[in-house]
Amino acid sequence: MKTTVLVAVGLALAVGLATAVSPFASGSPDGLEKVAEDQGFLDRGGLHAVQEGSPIPDYAFPGIENEFLATGLAGFVGTLVVFALGYLVALGLTRLRGPRETRTGRQGTPA
Amino acid sequence: MPDLLLALHIPDGFLSGGIALVTAILAIAAVGWGLRVADRDLDEAKVPLLGVLAAFIFAAQMLNFPVAGGTSGHFLGATLAAVLLGPWLACLVMTVVIATQAFAFADGGITALGANVLNMGVLGALLAGVALGAAVKAFSPGRGAFLALVAVVSWLAVMVGAAATSVELALSGTVPLTSALVAMLGVHALIGIGEAVITVGAVSAVLAARPDLVALGRFEPASGTPDVAAAGGTA
Repeated sequence: MKTTVLVAVGLALAVGLATAVSPFASGSPDGLEKVAEDQGFLDRGGLHAVQEGSPIPDYAFPGIENEFLATGLAGFVGTLVVFALGYLVALGLTRLRGPRETRTGRQGTPA
Repeated sequence: MPDLLLALHIPDGFLSGGIALVTAILAIAAVGWGLRVADRDLDEAKVPLLGVLAAFIFAAQMLNFPVAGGTSGHFLGATLAAVLLGPWLACLVMTVVIATQAFAFADGGITALGANVLNMGVLGALLAGVALGAAVKAFSPGRGAFLALVAVVSWLAVMVGAAATSVELALSGTVPLTSALVAMLGVHALIGIGEAVITVGAVSAVLAARPDLVALGRFEPASGTPDVAAAGGTA
């Protein structure tokens, strides 16, 4: 399987899960939240000032009343944003190196 | 009070300033080394793989599954990332995911970002790198044995992350160490099973499609793979 096909399949799977399955995920408090609740320190937690302006707080796309749609859309957008960020960070790192003189070039370089 | 989505995501307010600082320094050191490794080794052919792996881990982290006692848990992904990309690139992938969650989704704190990257990313990735790397070097496991090891390591990675979170909370004076450890390890022993199932499933799929892309394994490329030579066959 070509890398591009594998990437396309993986991305489709990720977007599909985040969009169509995440609205049905368990809403129970998770690991640390439950422990914090039981041990009485949950109310120490809060949002950082920076997070008051989060574009998609708590995985609910703003302005959409239907919870399922709001979560699904948050998952859709979030997955694509994370893909783009991961891609751009990696691309930036390979480009920072400058023009390619690695691998194939190194092998062909005379001693 | 907003609903804080936690799992292992520590919100701001749980950790003392000192612990937040120390964990941030450790996380920055690991990410810095990851950037160095990427600068040296990252093949341009692997660029889309970093993107898709980050996207998959983000998506899978949204899928909370129920565990015992009205509690849920979700996939973390550090072991998966380390198996496919090696531990240092895995630290970068996990940082992209966890930072996006904190800044765009208000999931996990900002001053606690270093602790979250350390607990959910760095520790698991390095554990997987050391343990699987040593096992592969020692006895070149076949696919079945490799997947069994991946299962054990991914469970352990969740437990190590939960233990580290407990220690950080205790050192911050938020909760006594013993009660934190007992509660956190109890819940995460179950969440870790989910982690192992998802990690093994994903690694199996990649092994079936492109075994040469499993960085911590030493598997021959599938025959008839068209672009193996371009995708790291020379490494």
